[in-house]
Amino acid sequence: MGIEVNGKVLETDEEGYLANLNEWTPEVATAMAKEEDVDLTENHWEVINFLREYYEEYQIAPAVRVLTKAIGKKLGPDKGNSKYLYELFPYGPGKQACKYAGLPKPTGCV
Amino acid sequence: MADFEVPELQEIPVIPKLKEGAMAHSSPFISKEQFQIPLGYPGELVENWEEKVYEKMDDLRKRYRSFQVYLDACVKCGACTDKCHYYLGTSDPKNMPVARQDLLRKVYRGKFTAAGKFWTKLGMPWMVGAAEMTKELLDEWYSYFHQCSQCRRCSVYCPYGIDTAEISMAAREIMDSVGVGQKYCNEIIGKVFKIGNNLGLPQPALVDTLEGLEEEVQEDTGVAVKFPLDVKGADILLVTPSADFFAEPHVDGLIGYAKVFHETGASWTMSSHASEAGNFGMFIGSYENMRRVSRRIREAAIELGVKRIVFGECGHAWRIAYSFLNTLAGPWDFLDPNYPVPQHICEYTYDAIQAGKLKFDKSQNDWRTMTFHDSCNVARASRMGPKPGGQFEIPRAVIKAVCNNFHDMPAETIGEATFCCGGGGGLLTDDLMEIRVKGAKPRAEALKSVVEEQGVTHMAAICAICKSQFTKVLPYYGFTMDQIVSVHQLVGDAIVLTKSDSDE
Repeated sequence: MGIEVNGKVLETDEEGYLANLNEWTPEVATAMAKEEDVDLTENHWEVINFLREYYEEYQIAPAVRVLTKAIGKKLGPDKGNSKYLYELFPYGPGKQACKYAGLPKPTGCV
Repeated sequence: MADFEVPELQEIPVIPKLKEGAMAHSSPFISKEQFQIPLGYPGELVENWEEKVYEKMDDLRKRYRSFQVYLDACVKCGACTDKCHYYLGTSDPKNMPVARQDLLRKVYRGKFTAAGKFWTKLGMPWMVGAAEMTKELLDEWYSYFHQCSQCRRCSVYCPYGIDTAEISMAAREIMDSVGVGQKYCNEIIGKVFKIGNNLGLPQPALVDTLEGLEEEVQEDTGVAVKFPLDVKGADILLVTPSADFFAEPHVDGLIGYAKVFHETGASWTMSSHASEAGNFGMFIGSYENMRRVSRRIREAAIELGVKRIVFGECGHAWRIAYSFLNTLAGPWDFLDPNYPVPQHICEYTYDAIQAGKLKFDKSQNDWRTMTFHDSCNVARASRMGPKPGGQFEIPRAVIKAVCNNFHDMPAETIGEATFCCGGGGGLLTDDLMEIRVKGAKPRAEALKSVVEEQGVTHMAAICAICKSQFTKVLPYYGFTMDQIVSVHQLVGDAIVLTKSDSDE
């Protein structure tokens, strides 16, 4: 499988997650979102950017409470909860947002 | 919402009319070489794999007497047929436990029984319900043995006590041994070996996450409740599913455990080396992998010098902990003999309640009316406390100690007859969403009945898989994702924190 970004096909896994994390560019997120009929707003980007920063430091996506807290600080306390994140990413912030951010899918009992 | 038909909930459960092949298309992603090799399995389907299947089956029947007894004993009485949640949810006759087992049993029969060998030689194995291994059959194994959550409900009703879970585990072990593994389970087991938990949370991420939780609880309560990690010399090692660090509502359970430990004045720690209670080695029927995962708990206990081990809310973990831990990772002669090895967090909290060590403001939970989902592996493969049935009574006693409103679901859907959440045994993966949703139907029906009749608003569970599964699948049946909660979330919400830092 793959996803076409700027005329180049990037390899993805069975579920559409980027195979090579360092191939990520913002255009990848836009292309993935487009495939799922999601328009990326500024708030989506706040989440995506935070995920990437966190991954850079810890080699894992942030836990849900870490994410909601960070988003609450950036976008206001009314948005620092998983309900809001599910509004942004209906398939689940953990999974859908990670995909757009070029992170691997969280595994385990989640 | 779904690209398959979501079954309609019925008031009185009806045994469905057969729909042959209804779920024949269901098949999880196949594991790649990179996930196979670390577990000691070939990276792809090996040459001469039919022979290897027979060899492995022979090996397993010699290693596990139970396996051969189960394969020999079935008389096809049919008592199990309508007991499987996957059959009830899909109508596929191959999801009747007897039919699922027979995918393997017929191969066993042809190769290892006198009648089977005789008729196979004559080219008529079907005379005695035997069959030879073919690629088509292997594919069928892969499909249907990944439509069994190894919940063992069928075994409760089997007059011979045949354990379907063990057959499914054996089938998966045989498939792994010829290079056909499931991506979800095998990738995860590899992460435990490499990093220490199913999620792949490295130690610095755990530290960051736990510090965040300390801040959160301090802000909420004004009390400095600690979430200690890798503390040498602590009395208690808490081993909990890594989902407790990561996901909701799991994390609220973790907060509950921490508040209980705080209030009982316990000296406790978690371990980054053994930061996972779950053990997917069981799902794939691999003693060796199960042992490797379990050994990490032993290593951590020795390294940290703890006196006791307590397990968090994790269903399969508790089965392994309660039933197999001594064989897998014992002896535990270095732990304090005054406490059971290991203990369940519900036992710990229950004992503290009995001893009058915890104070609750039950009204904090008054906005909820609770019910309790017995997790399959806790219900049918373990116990809590000193008395039979303690695994049913103790979690309920804990809930009732912290909540005023509690109603059980219908008797034939709880206790030892409990319906699996539909996501256990290595099925909690998005590529199996259809079978997960359909398998949750019996539980959703039982939940619906108490929602409508008793005004139940929330269902509590003590298993990370159950919690994640319900969060995902309940919305397909008109519920909301936040209707599933952790038992220790209820404890944490009602507990009155009396000890400040200076008391410690």
